[in-house]
Amino acid sequence: MAEPRDPAELPEVPQALAEQPRRASLQLVWLIPIVAALIGGWLAVRAVLERGPVITISFSSAEGLEPGKTKVKYKNVDIGQLTSVALSENRAQVIAAVELTRQAAEFLVEDTRFWIVRPRISAGQVSGLGTLFSGSYIGVDVGKSTKSRRVFDGLDSAPIVSIDLPGRNFDLRAQDLGSLDVGSPVYLRRVQVGQVVAYELEPDGKSVRVKIFVNAAHDRNVNANTRFWKASGFDVALDASGVRVDTQSLATLLFGGVSFETPQEPGTSPAPADKAVFTLFADRDQAMRHPDTSEETYVLAFEESVRGLHPGAPVDFRGVVVGEVTAVLLDTDPATNEVRVPVEVKLYPERLRTRYRRDAVPGEPRHQALVDRLVERGLRAQLRTGSLLTGQLYVALDFFAKAPRAKLDWKRNPVAFPTAPSTIEELQGALTAIARQLEKVPFDALGADLQRSLKQLDATAQTLDRSLASADKVIKRLDTEIAPEARAALAELRRTLAAAERTLGNADRTLGSDAPVQHELRDALREVTRAAESMRALADYLERHPEAILRGRRQETE
Amino acid sequence: MSRAAEGAARVRLASARELGLVSCQVCALVSRAAPAGAASNCPRCGAGLHARRPASLARTWAFLVAAAILYVPANVLPIMESSSLFGAQRDTILSGIAFLWDSGSWLLAALVFFASVMVPLLKMLSLGLLAATAQLGYARRRHQRARLYRMVEFIGRWSMLDIYVVTMLVALVQLGVFASVTAEAGAAAFGAVVVLTMFAAMAFDPRLTWDAASERHG
Repeated sequence: MAEPRDPAELPEVPQALAEQPRRASLQLVWLIPIVAALIGGWLAVRAVLERGPVITISFSSAEGLEPGKTKVKYKNVDIGQLTSVALSENRAQVIAAVELTRQAAEFLVEDTRFWIVRPRISAGQVSGLGTLFSGSYIGVDVGKSTKSRRVFDGLDSAPIVSIDLPGRNFDLRAQDLGSLDVGSPVYLRRVQVGQVVAYELEPDGKSVRVKIFVNAAHDRNVNANTRFWKASGFDVALDASGVRVDTQSLATLLFGGVSFETPQEPGTSPAPADKAVFTLFADRDQAMRHPDTSEETYVLAFEESVRGLHPGAPVDFRGVVVGEVTAVLLDTDPATNEVRVPVEVKLYPERLRTRYRRDAVPGEPRHQALVDRLVERGLRAQLRTGSLLTGQLYVALDFFAKAPRAKLDWKRNPVAFPTAPSTIEELQGALTAIARQLEKVPFDALGADLQRSLKQLDATAQTLDRSLASADKVIKRLDTEIAPEARAALAELRRTLAAAERTLGNADRTLGSDAPVQHELRDALREVTRAAESMRALADYLERHPEAILRGRRQETE
Repeated sequence: MSRAAEGAARVRLASARELGLVSCQVCALVSRAAPAGAASNCPRCGAGLHARRPASLARTWAFLVAAAILYVPANVLPIMESSSLFGAQRDTILSGIAFLWDSGSWLLAALVFFASVMVPLLKMLSLGLLAATAQLGYARRRHQRARLYRMVEFIGRWSMLDIYVVTMLVALVQLGVFASVTAEAGAAAFGAVVVLTMFAAMAFDPRLTWDAASERHG
């Protein structure tokens, strides 16, 4: 390398051209970090502003939940994301922490519902299939309450009806759930107008409460008179018109459903109250029976066996069902130690009078006066055999002109309704009367007399050869004392037997072969047989003692 | 120590500026500098003449600050959104690296991490270090600093890897409803970080490192 020389010694180096000094652009470069800071600051501020509320939702299982991936969607719009999943303290539930967007803050009210959307195939519908591939997400149904909330209990499955769907909820009470399920359709004239939303057992466990939702425009077809029944899909009825098969849609055949109909009633019915609970009947016939808006409970005290009488047995008035048996009890009166069989029945008083005369309201004095008048005319309850084959009994209301007078005591609850003994019981009464007549025969005295006379006979025989005259005397005494009495007894027995035979013939005609009263009847007959046997013994006795008998017979045969 | 360093330690080296000479950045003609404070042009090609890059440190700092600010959104915001039949997914650089790591591609994950996260960060730190030492007139370890500058220049282009990947994906994966990839704000921020650090490296005049030593000696 050459030695450095003074530049002034280098004449070949040109002089730089001087220039007018320009405005310094030094400060402009600082615009770049300022812009960057503005952008960064804006992003940061936006991130802070967009950061919505963090809520916790408890689920029964975290199946399908992935922190950082699972979204919260409302109408399929992302409104948040799952940030973490943890177990609750008692390990019974899963606590999911969810960060929502800012605009979702107003969704967080008291009745907002969250659930995990998973693929679901049930009750004729398939939903959430998209989640098979994309993974589950958390669904939201925004509530209408104004109270804010941050901690929620997640639902196990998606609600059938979202809160903003117009329509009305109704509560039904059913004896059992049958084939209904959440999502089962609700039909009005076989058009689907709603769905079963939920069901639960009543707290007392005696019935099921089914909640249904009827879409708007159809919900006004429901009023206080509306009757609901289970559209189980398949009804076969055998009646006087032949066999009738009634089917609903195929879906109800598989999944059940609820139908309703509002009977046309004179006048307009009020809209149902918000908390009104309707009865869900088992079938349409039951449901469409004349609406019994009122019922009265009476107690019938029967003094006969109620074997064959079950709760649900009809109470009928000349063939028209006006009520049903609700309970068959057993009651001991502590004062008299009498055991009675009170039968509780439910009467629908509206059926007792014409539908168009609605002036008498049950419980009112006018209605009570009507029932009082009927009872005065001889209206009584009576047990009757509904079927000789099965021995089922029912309660019949009828007029008995000869019935002893009775009066209802309206102050008692339930009111005791007078009863009349059944025809079988009357028969039993007749038989008892016969037995009592038989009892009147002085068998004891008869026997004692006989014994005494036989002893005397012995003595007579011993002294026969000694004194025929005294024998004659004895025989004469026999003639005068015993023979007429025995003859009378025999004649009476013959009459009794004939009467018994007639009665039994009647009974034979009246009774079926296996009616429950046969026991009693058989007992009574056994009594009669026993009586007949003792009579036969008497006859035998007489026969074994020829002296007396020969005389008697001889007298008879002569 | 290299030979150059040994030489520098022994011999007093004069810089062009000290000799009143200035070299044209465009045509490389050496000419006599104009009187101090006045701007001058190359007598041959007419380009502006500067003994040192004008406002080098200020510009370096400005670009560095801007890059550092944008580095945050570049890593926090998603760089792309891939949507398919099975749902949409938004990925940040770090989530992509985590995915690669989780799925077993450790080498690839390490490479992406190095190129996309470490390189911009190291570049910014290195430039900051160089600018700070130049500004403070720190005279030691000049050779290490010179080597650091060369490394920064060389390595800078590698951090555009991510941007290349995203732009290619966006261009290629456009299958309508089946699958599509769109770039997100994070990609723009990341690109800005890379460009800004390149600008910062360009704005930094490495001669400043040696000036401090000369001034101290001289």
